[in-house]
This record gives sequence, C-alpha cells and structure tokens, in this order.
Amino acid sequence: MKKTGAEILMECLVREGVDTVFGYPGGAIMPVHDAMLKYPVHHVLTRHEQGAAHAADGYARASGKVGVALATSGPGATNLVTGIATAKMDSSPIVCITGQVHAHLIGGDAFQETDVTGITLPITKHNYLVTRADQVAQVVREAFHIARSGRPGPVLIDFCKNAQLEEVEFEYPEEVSLPGYRPPQHAPLTDLEQAVRLIEQAERPVILAGNGVLMSGAMKELQMFAVKTQTPVAMTLLGLGALPASNPLSLGMMGMHGEAYCNQAIQKADLLLAFGMRFDDRVTGNLRTYAPRARKIHVEIDPTEIHKNVHVDVPLIGDLKTILTDMIPLLDEYDHSSWLDEIAEWKTETEKRSIMSWPDDGKLYTAHAIRALWNATGGDAILATGVGQHQMWAAQYYHFEQPYHLITSGGAGTMGFGLPAAIGAWFAHKDREVWLIDGDGSFQMTQAELSTAVQEGANIKVAIMNNGFLGMVRQWQEFFFDKRYAATPITGPDFVKIADAHGIPAKRVTDPDGVFDAIEFAHQTPGPVIIEFQVEQEEAVYPMVPAGADLDDMLRRPIRQ
Amino acid sequence: MQHTLIALVENKPGVLNRVASLFRRRNFNIESLNVGRTENEDISRMTIVLDNEGVDARKVEANLYKLVNVIDVQDVTNQPAVNRDLALIKVSATPERRSEIASLAAIFRAKIVDVAPDSVIVEIAGTEDKIESLVELLRPSGILEMVRTGQVAMMRGSMVGVRYTPGTNGHHPSSK
Repeated sequence: MKKTGAEILMECLVREGVDTVFGYPGGAIMPVHDAMLKYPVHHVLTRHEQGAAHAADGYARASGKVGVALATSGPGATNLVTGIATAKMDSSPIVCITGQVHAHLIGGDAFQETDVTGITLPITKHNYLVTRADQVAQVVREAFHIARSGRPGPVLIDFCKNAQLEEVEFEYPEEVSLPGYRPPQHAPLTDLEQAVRLIEQAERPVILAGNGVLMSGAMKELQMFAVKTQTPVAMTLLGLGALPASNPLSLGMMGMHGEAYCNQAIQKADLLLAFGMRFDDRVTGNLRTYAPRARKIHVEIDPTEIHKNVHVDVPLIGDLKTILTDMIPLLDEYDHSSWLDEIAEWKTETEKRSIMSWPDDGKLYTAHAIRALWNATGGDAILATGVGQHQMWAAQYYHFEQPYHLITSGGAGTMGFGLPAAIGAWFAHKDREVWLIDGDGSFQMTQAELSTAVQEGANIKVAIMNNGFLGMVRQWQEFFFDKRYAATPITGPDFVKIADAHGIPAKRVTDPDGVFDAIEFAHQTPGPVIIEFQVEQEEAVYPMVPAGADLDDMLRRPIRQ
Repeated sequence: MQHTLIALVENKPGVLNRVASLFRRRNFNIESLNVGRTENEDISRMTIVLDNEGVDARKVEANLYKLVNVIDVQDVTNQPAVNRDLALIKVSATPERRSEIASLAAIFRAKIVDVAPDSVIVEIAGTEDKIESLVELLRPSGILEMVRTGQVAMMRGSMVGVRYTPGTNGHHPSSK
C-alpha cells in the first residue's frame, strides 16, 4: 500500500511501541503532525523544543523505553541541542525527529534551513538525513535499534519535507542490517577468570555501580554479586537505586558530594569493581591519588571508556547483566566483615554531621523538605531534579530504594532539565506520583513548561527550593572566591502567583513546621501542584571534595550539638 | 612515531565527516587520510596515518568502532604490510636539465608524466621514505608544486593487522 513518508514514519513509530511524542510544530514538520492525527500517538506540545527533548529523555529514563521528540527545521532543531547533549552524556535512549527543507534546497540557505546533522554529529550516537520517502522505514527501524541497544544514546533523524510528502510503497523492514554495529555481549572466559582471581585475593573490595546497572537492568545480578562476595556498593549519582539504599551493603553516593564514608572506602579499597560507570571527574577527584591501593576491574559495554580516565587491571567489555550472570557462578562466598565494620565506623561520623542531626534552630533547610518528602512517599515517588545544590541534597536525603526513580542530569549538568523531564516521566508512569525537586534558578530556566503540565493534566508535584541564589555557584564563591557573590543572587517571581496564573494550586513554606502539611496538601490535590520552600539562603552541600582534590580530602559540615 | 590504521567503512554520504569529526573531537592528529573504493561497492576503505607522540591505537580503534558506519579496523603499524604513497612533483626544468631529472627519476622508478617548456612533472609511487629521498634530490632543481595522496596500505598474503577490542569487531572468538 502506498503511503506518504510522514505516514510511514507514524507507522514505524507505532510498531516501535511509541504512544507519546513530545514536540513542537513548524513549517518543515507539518506533514508529520498532520499524519499523526490518524495514528494512536499522543503529541505533547511543549513550550520550547528544549522541553521536548528533556521530556523525551525523562520519559526514557523512567520507562526504559525510547523517548521521542519532534521539532521543525532551523531554530526548532537547534533548540533541541541542549536536550540531545544531555541525553548523550547520560546514555539516555531518545530519538529526535526534525523537519528539514526540501532536499533540493539543502545547502542553499533556505528559510529555516540549518545543518542539523552537522550540528548534532558529536552529540548523537548516530544521525540520519532522510531525503527520500523510501528511506524512512529502514532509517526509523535502525534509529530505534541504535538508540536502545549497546550503550544507549540519542539518535536524530533529519527528515526532508519532500520525503514527508512523497508517496511510496510501504514495506516494514523486519531486519536491521548494520554491519558496523555489533554491541558486545559476553566477555571472554579467560578475562572473567582473571577478574575472579583478583576478587579472591581482595580483602577490602568496593563495587562502584553506575548508570550501566540500570541501563542493563542488572539490579538483581548486582545484588547477588554483592551479597555473595560481601562487597559494599558505592553508587554514582545516576546509579542511585541500583541497590536499595536500605541494603546493608549500600554505601550510598560516591564522589564530589558523596557520603564521606563511601569516598573513604573507595580510597582505602584494595579492589574496585566498576560496573557500568565511567570514572567521571565528579566521582574520582584527583586521578593521581585515586584509590591508590586498589586493583581495578572495569565491566563496561563501551570500549572507549576502558583506560580513558583510570587505568584498570582487568577490563571486561560487554553487557553488564550478561557478564555478571556469567561471573557469579565462578565466585565463592567471601567474608569481609572486618572491612564492613571499618566502614560502619566511618558511617557514624557521617550521621553526626548530617543536617538531620542538627538541633532544631527554627530554620528551614532543603534537606528537611526532602527527607519529609521521602517519609511522605515512602520513597516510592519518581523524583526529577534540576541541577545544583537541591539536586545533590535530593541525592543525599531521598534514599532511593528502587531504580529508575531518580531522573536527573548527571554528566551534562543541565539546569532546567527538571520540569520537562518530570512531565516526561509522568507520561511513562501515569499511575505514580512524580515529584520535581528544583532550585529557583533551575526552575526559572524552563518554567514555561508549567503550561504543558496544565494542558496535559500531568500529576506532577513541584517543590521549589528557593534560596534566592544560584546556590551551587554561590557555594563555590563562598569557599573558593572569598564570598564574592558575582552574578549569583537571583530574584525570582512570586512562585505562588506564578502557580495561580497557571491555575495550579500552590503553597509557600517558610519554616520547618509547615513542611509536612504542604507535602500532604500536594499529595491530596490531583494534578500539578507547586510548593515553594523558602529555604536557608547560604547553606552549603556537604561533604564536598573541591575540584581536583583527593577523593577523601573533603570539606565536612561542622558538627552542632 | 606514526600509526597506520586501515578502516573499512560503509560507502555512505557523510562517513568521512564522521571520522574526521571524531578525530578532531578526541584530539587525534591526522598525518594523512586516504579514502577510496574497494572490491565491494558498499564498502569504502580508509588508510589513516596518525602522527602523535604516545598515540594509543587501541583508543583510536575503540573510538572508530563507536561510529555505526565503521565495519572493521586493523592496526598495520610495523606489520608485514605494503605501504604506498603516490606523489606528483612539478620540477623546474629547462630543456638542458631534463635529462638529468629523467635519469634521477629512473633510479627511483619514477616517471616523467608531463613535459612543459620550463618544467616537468615527475610521478612516483612508493614508500614514504623513497618519496622523501627523491623529493630531497629534486629540491635543488626547484620544486614548483607537489601533491601526495597520503599512504595506502594492505597486509601481505592472508595476514591481517592487529585488532584490539574484543567483541566489537566480529572477530573475537567469544563474539558470535
């Protein structure tokens, strides 16, 4: 049967299981929006294309499925760029479809023409320029396959308008043929045996669990491995939820704002087992002094990550779930109780320094709100965040029991990610409560998406931690720039009035006593709700490893009795 | 130290750009890059010569494999391979000096492929060293223009170059 290129795109999206796309219309993508009316695919109109890309990303992270963003040519496409780069850094599977001018006009600087495949080349896993309708089906099939397999990532399809309009015979390609694309699965047995020998010899092992655990769906295998070998598990920001925070072997988050005992354990370890993580500078601190006594095993699907930042003794290249499944039977049970006791001792120090251990001084700290939220939701809500102090406090004080519950921009650190990502996450799990914990700075970057949430009736609860500062930069200025607060004081709008203008119920909380009621109010009120928490202005995130310092050289929060 | 890599890539538009962009992004310095057709019309072949102190060929290979269109990568540095470069060298030559240049060319099995009233074009194919030697000998005569294709390389007999990354190139025993 003959179909237009735009219809073929929709046919293929439906076959890929897509029921929601996030986008914005425009001249060069009109035939696609028009064709969509005939298919069971819901189009979420975001208020900016960046929001569409982040929403698709949030959807992908919460669901494990591929998120789809749609934009027109030129500025529509370039507005996606931040969202694509964000997805690339965090290996999030999204497919972005952009309109492009007629193929014969390409290169002629036509209206709203931009070289989108050129611009997105270094920030996509792969991209395509489709100039003919007969290419569409194959390209869409490949794009989804590439986005979700191997190390996932964003794929962009630049779709010429003539190809959207042309009619061709539609045939769905059952197979994808990509001779150069063969994501590795198993690691060779000899390498596994070498790793097992290092594990046998270890007395102070630590597992470093990253986003790869979630991407590979290896949570169960991770837990089996950790329990069998009695190895404590440190997690990266994106790895939170890989092992339940309540598991006795969990060390919580590592890195710049990681738990002190977690970083100390890494520095004292004699074996690091890096599972699906990439030794980002935010988790290693000074590379020269990083885990100096530890031998290192790196399980990683992307060979370019091997030896990139940290030289490792045994690289195991392949799918994490597959490799752990292969390796677990080769392992004996080990006892590392003295090592675990040592770590437990460091942990008591951390508890003393927690904000939650401070005596009530009548002040409202972000941590209070986050912990109250955790109590109220039983840790069951999906949590999206912006980027900055609130993000780190969310990572520290919301104890993630489950994977895919923290939707946050790690590698790229994209402010403004939170609100659109929360909307995307809600579309992935409409039955769940989705909370956005945002800062006043981050929130204002993509605040326009509140209208999207209202139009879609998205059940997202927005908690704005308003400290009147771009807090993380302010913190650096406090510590490293003699408190010269250059460009960090930020005046926000009256967020309750902003909510009111959108018809969104809202509350403002100014002291610790109001926290519980406000969260309860949000919980009970259907649809979007905004709670503005006016929090302590100059509070810092602790512990903090200054950039480039040794991982256990941390600034700690002072103890208050 | 030079590294020579052979990459087989899908013969599709934009693949050269992807490879070049990758090298720029990862800060690999290209000495020469040659692209051409192969016995298979769907596949192009690149010979990439990297000139970089401490270049890690493993890293280059792994990065190349991240490109969906790259099918196979071999490191042929210091391997039993045939390496060839082709140069066209336009040398200033009055009629009296032509025979001198012609005899020099003959020693190198180079050819005079164009003769003009005051210049000749010498064509030479061979290893880098051989071409460099001829260039040095011709320099006193006055080189007016020179173009080189960059190296192409092919392993001898049934031998293959070094493939580092297991699993990704379809040649590792454990990858089925």
